Amino acid sequence: MERKTKVNAEDGKQELVITREFDLPVELLFKAYVTPEIVEQWMGTKVLKLENKKHGSYQFETSGPKGNFAFVMSGVIHDFVTNQKITRTFEMENTPFAPQLEFLEFETLTEGGSRLTMHIVYKSVALRDQILQLPFVQGINMAHNRLQDIVNKLK
Amino acid sequence: MNLRRDVFQAIADPTRRAILMLVASQSMTAGVIAANFDTARPTVSKHLQILTECELLKQEQAGREIYYHINAKKMKEVADFIEPFRQMWDDRFNKLEAIMKNYKPEK
Repeated sequence: MERKTKVNAEDGKQELVITREFDLPVELLFKAYVTPEIVEQWMGTKVLKLENKKHGSYQFETSGPKGNFAFVMSGVIHDFVTNQKITRTFEMENTPFAPQLEFLEFETLTEGGSRLTMHIVYKSVALRDQILQLPFVQGINMAHNRLQDIVNKLK
Repeated sequence: MNLRRDVFQAIADPTRRAILMLVASQSMTAGVIAANFDTARPTVSKHLQILTECELLKQEQAGREIYYHINAKKMKEVADFIEPFRQMWDDRFNKLEAIMKNYKPEK
């Protein structure tokens, strides 16, 4: 079976590309990126700030599985075109990792289908490889069992 | 002429991933592999060459035939490196999709 989310990280390059096709119209895909309550649900983070505009900024906060540590991700928005693209920086605050530049492109595929392309540029090849191998604090822990709760609440 | 091939470029191509999946089930000759695809035989040969150069496939001579088989060690290296990261995004995007299915498009 073809996997839906693809990560293309060419050897020796300080960038990578994540692509994913959604069985959703592009408007809904975009909405999931710009609506704080929805971002909180799928990213598994609190949204402290989310200014959806050029020169705006954002700040997300996540905590460990037992609420024992907090972790802030933030950045500034360089470009914002509704239903088309978001260009932003991303930084994990208070970590040794340098900020990265993210180009998010939202496209309509067919009626009711869309694609997200996320092009991430890192400070160096070494940093990219290090981040790829991180045991990800930001998401995995809280992912699975919460999904069903969230979906049920929305119905 | 003999370009350096890297594995991530190799597995980025859907046909090459399909070849890897096919050969993973059993070793086979180029002819048998090509018979599984609509693609022209020289194109399949090119894909096999790339996969071999980056060591995802190994060639084994058996009589007059050359069999291709998966280089498990190399495949594991690739998977270990990228899979957890991919999985994290896949989980997030699966959630996103499930959540947004409950919304109606604003039109």
